[in-house]
Amino acid sequence: MATVRFTTALQSHVACPPATVVGATVREALDAYFGENPAVRGYVLDEQGTLRKHVTVFVDGEQMRNRELTSPIGEDAEVYVMQALSGG
Amino acid sequence: MTDLLVGTRKGLVPVTRAGGDYRLGAGDFLGVPVTAVLHDRRDGTTYAALNHGHYGQKVHRREPGAATFDEVASVDYPPKPDSAGADEPWSTELVWCLEEAGDDRPGSLWAGTIPGGLFRSDDRGDTWELNTPLWDQPSRPGWFGGGYDHAGIHSICVDRRDSDRVLVGISCAGAWRTTDGGKSWEVGTGMRAGFMPPERALDPVVQDPHRLAACPADPDVVWVQHHNGVFRSTDGGATFTEITERPPSTFGFGVAAHPHDANTAWFAPAIKDELRIPVDGKVVVSRTRDGGKSFDVLGEGLPGPDAYDLVYRHALEVDGSGERLAMASTTGSLWVSEDAGDTWTTVSSSLPPIACLRWTS
Repeated sequence: MATVRFTTALQSHVACPPATVVGATVREALDAYFGENPAVRGYVLDEQGTLRKHVTVFVDGEQMRNRELTSPIGEDAEVYVMQALSGG
Repeated sequence: MTDLLVGTRKGLVPVTRAGGDYRLGAGDFLGVPVTAVLHDRRDGTTYAALNHGHYGQKVHRREPGAATFDEVASVDYPPKPDSAGADEPWSTELVWCLEEAGDDRPGSLWAGTIPGGLFRSDDRGDTWELNTPLWDQPSRPGWFGGGYDHAGIHSICVDRRDSDRVLVGISCAGAWRTTDGGKSWEVGTGMRAGFMPPERALDPVVQDPHRLAACPADPDVVWVQHHNGVFRSTDGGATFTEITERPPSTFGFGVAAHPHDANTAWFAPAIKDELRIPVDGKVVVSRTRDGGKSFDVLGEGLPGPDAYDLVYRHALEVDGSGERLAMASTTGSLWVSEDAGDTWTTVSSSLPPIACLRWTS
């Protein structure tokens, strides 16, 4: 099971506790998380399902350059969602 | 009871009149820019639109008498069709205004957004629907942003006599009105865009009305603070006539229409667009009481001659009596007048930059 975690900066706006999910790609893992925590989806993705411009995802410590989120992840991946520091 | 709600770059600040003074209360959404606020006078509900930046635009609702807000549905665009261009904006960049949709429609709201979509909720913000007749206007690809990347709806005037009659202001796409509740739209004519090539200056769809304000008691009368001047309509926004003299300048963002007297309105002038600071460094309000034929320049109690305050489009508001005005600036000053603008009192000069405010009565 992959683990999905969020930056503490987001936790001040919406409840987003860490959770373990099943997913073969980054998007599948996030979709599984949002299925259980629907209020979090709109903070990470826009209404078209696109990763928000200033949000970034790390998997096992590596920043995902593939913003379509289709990259495969390991069964025990650590998925970490944080704000990009673009903008200071 | 809160008298005034102030939307700042660092949260929503309530202001209460007590013992003759206006006092700031504890803020909500600390650290988060508030882009629009609405106190629904029909049922006492308060709505606030937040710009989380990294995390998108959200709407929160506070029930009458409640102490806290709850997040409601975001103002989301429908799925982007394949026919839309890759660069065509199709998600909410900003919720720029929130308005009641009419006394005969309790719980119904309008929301104006960047990139130019108008939304309606008929369930107090639990769901939102894009108004497609306006969004699908053939001219929309030519709409453009004024200070933002894309066009935006900042003003929504609902006719209290007939809720199907709505006028919206778009920067930059002019003033659009519907008489059938949003099923069809027509753009108003008569505004002039000094920033355009001369042959396009009178094109109604390139206009940059910074703010529209209709007289609630006589909604046929509409005031416009435009990017390059002042305009007035007496036919509900179908046609506009320029008011060429408005001392000390014709530039500005905010305008407030008297709730009962269609001849009275207030403006917050500034030096035009390259500078955007008060004329001679003195903050003033221009008030007309004769339909725009003449203006009083009112500054007693306002700062200057070394002030740099700029009043944004949603930061000059009159209350339901027509006597109390509130005005606020991008440098964090908040002023109140209780005599229709003749004299002003500083409530605070150390707030964050202020985008919007609303009286609760």
